[in-house]
Amino acid sequence: MIITVNAAPHEVNATRLSEALAELGFTSPAIATALNGEFVAAAARDETRLNENDRLEVLAPMQGG
Amino acid sequence: MQLYGTEITSPLLLGTAQYPSPAILGDAIRASGTEVITVSLRRETAAGDGGAFWQILKDLGCHILPNTAGCHSVQEAVTTARMARDLFKTNWIKLEVIGNPDTLHPDVFGLVEAAGILTGEGFEVFPYTTDDLSVAEQLIKAGCRVLMPWGAPIGSGQGLRTPDALRSMRAHFPGTTLIVDAGIGKPSHAAQAMELGFDAVLLNTAVAKAGNPALMAAAMARAVAAGRDAFRAQPIEPRDMAAPSTPVMGMASL
Repeated sequence: MIITVNAAPHEVNATRLSEALAELGFTSPAIATALNGEFVAAAARDETRLNENDRLEVLAPMQGG
Repeated sequence: MQLYGTEITSPLLLGTAQYPSPAILGDAIRASGTEVITVSLRRETAAGDGGAFWQILKDLGCHILPNTAGCHSVQEAVTTARMARDLFKTNWIKLEVIGNPDTLHPDVFGLVEAAGILTGEGFEVFPYTTDDLSVAEQLIKAGCRVLMPWGAPIGSGQGLRTPDALRSMRAHFPGTTLIVDAGIGKPSHAAQAMELGFDAVLLNTAVAKAGNPALMAAAMARAVAAGRDAFRAQPIEPRDMAAPSTPVMGMASL
């Protein structure tokens, strides 16, 4: 299915968020996720199912003021 | 200074953005003596280096204060805060809800709403706000125990544009931790904030964009220490007319 990851379309085979992250190459543990604008805790990624056209945001620590 | 029950000795909080290199960032943080550094969350690329930056931060041994910089709505700010807590494992959040893209003026209505939501979820909110006393009242009602009014627009380096209003804020909220956040350009600005009785200063650009960030960080550390001592020492009140400091009594008739 096609989902949007950080504003870019991606095709994924995975149906769960944790699997999709691995498939997409997000291997760092230092990430935070939101699906369709809603926060998804790291502990909830295994049970979070993906649907066609979902919008996934994957964020990481960055410099900030 | 107590930040939600955590004792912090240094009255200087430092941002981590815009430094020429990670090494200079580290030098500046060490030179500043800060115990609290601010960070953000931004989009990660696959095989990105967010984890590497996180490791640098952890090695510095400071308390992490994640921000919601760039958020223009309550929904964005609240979701970003939740994501930050999940990643950084802290209830602290520097809450920014921006109302204007040019001035980066806080959206104080959204700020109060978001602060209420987040404190209800156990967050310890550091709101980036203005010097408006009624907004400050609402933030305290929403559960904030720290207030962070701006000194001037973010990154402007103008110093304190409304020192009278900041002085009023100090007088109105004697038991609240007050931190000037944003607008500091020089050590004299930071010292002035502390002389007004503020508990701390949060700055970033003034150090990161200085020609020698580590040297400026050290200068800022001395400035906030001097300003804090000056406030405790109870400065004299200014007066219009001169008052001779040398005794008049005993002057010779020449």
